Amino acid sequence: MNTTKLLRETASQTAGPYVHIGLAPNQAGFDIFEKNFGNVLVTPETKGERIRIEGTVYDGSGTPVRDVLIECWQANADGAYNHPADRQAGKSVDPSFRGWGRACSDFDTGIYSFETIKPGVVEGRKGRPMAPHIALWIVARGINLGLHTRLYFSDEAEANARDPVLNLIEWEVRRKTLIAQRETRDGQVVYRFDIRLQGDGETVFFDI
Amino acid sequence: MTHAAAPGDEFMMRDTTSHPPAYSPPYKTSILRSPRNALISLQQSLTEVTAPVFRPEELGPLDNDLIMNASKDGLPIGERVIVHGYVRDQYGRPVKNALVEVWQANASGRYRHKKDQYIGALDPNFGGCGRMLTDANGYYAYRTIRPGPYPWRNRVNDWRPAHIHYAISGDGWVQRLITQMYFEGDPLIWSCPILGIVPSEEQIRGLIAMQDTSAFVPLDSRAYRFDIILRGHRATLFENFVQGAKA
Repeated sequence: MNTTKLLRETASQTAGPYVHIGLAPNQAGFDIFEKNFGNVLVTPETKGERIRIEGTVYDGSGTPVRDVLIECWQANADGAYNHPADRQAGKSVDPSFRGWGRACSDFDTGIYSFETIKPGVVEGRKGRPMAPHIALWIVARGINLGLHTRLYFSDEAEANARDPVLNLIEWEVRRKTLIAQRETRDGQVVYRFDIRLQGDGETVFFDI
Repeated sequence: MTHAAAPGDEFMMRDTTSHPPAYSPPYKTSILRSPRNALISLQQSLTEVTAPVFRPEELGPLDNDLIMNASKDGLPIGERVIVHGYVRDQYGRPVKNALVEVWQANASGRYRHKKDQYIGALDPNFGGCGRMLTDANGYYAYRTIRPGPYPWRNRVNDWRPAHIHYAISGDGWVQRLITQMYFEGDPLIWSCPILGIVPSEEQIRGLIAMQDTSAFVPLDSRAYRFDIILRGHRATLFENFVQGAKA
């Protein structure tokens, strides 16, 4: 008997054009659940610097992908994940921050956004610190297996230069596709993060 | 033998032959929406082995009952079915407290979505979405109306088999999965471009729910069984945790 034979992961399939029905029914045009999962990760109690993430996803022709759904997963301001596997010493969980959100692009403009906080530094493998980052997962019609990427911050140049994941990207010229650009708009901090699925300036995607 | 999974353990590498490739020309939309560069493989860190935790009180009492959760003045029209099964990892261990979200068309093959223009009739008493958390055994169940097939603009006469979309969130970000479930015996399964790009017949069969007569409710509902396998924690014998800090 071969005890090392594993079950195979269930095959992925595209989320399709109507993904909003299941994951964001308000966007599909109807109201059904009492509590909806959305793109606002913060409550008034959440600790940390408020930021807005905003951008557009483009296909290989440069056309905005208007039916995309993006989820984010991030640590709190202290650099701790709200999950039992996070055992980093000296960091505390913020009970008012789950660290996860879900955004849809606007059907007309193609713009998506998250209202969140800037994450702290998380310890990486072998104790090496990772620069502040947010994990993103992108699904849509035409995407057969959800695409994973990371968002880093333009005002963390020093930490980014030492980040073990960015440094794994052999083509230095591609690293900048993962850096969101900081701007201030009416007193609000906004990080612009466009995602290019294919072609010139193609965003780096990870097999995690 | 494998050791018991501990939170913080790494997950098995993804077997890319289990999934359709990003660039799959028979499914036309994938042509411009697939990266041209190879994915960059990462050894997992805390970011990848953790994931959001959901609580039962965030869900409503009818969230897993698609027959009733959008009913306005009566029952939706169509075949009453229960869909149930287990979410497990690649070692067969139950995935507890996983968020399972489903969405689908109605009995006509029409979606309640402002972008769906198909002539098939909307049903005023059917919404088409539901969600639930798996229990301690990884078990989930919901009831619904069996969806109809529908036409789509790929080739001019392409029709999707009857299907229900699934999104599953498990213990780790790497387990995040979106897929579709089909119904045993549907002849459209074997001509669908979206299924045809799955690389093996074994993996296609893994997406087909089997009629489960043992779970029929007499004079009320038929039932289908659909199990889902997510990536498993890897046995890390000499390096226990991916982060430097110890338990």
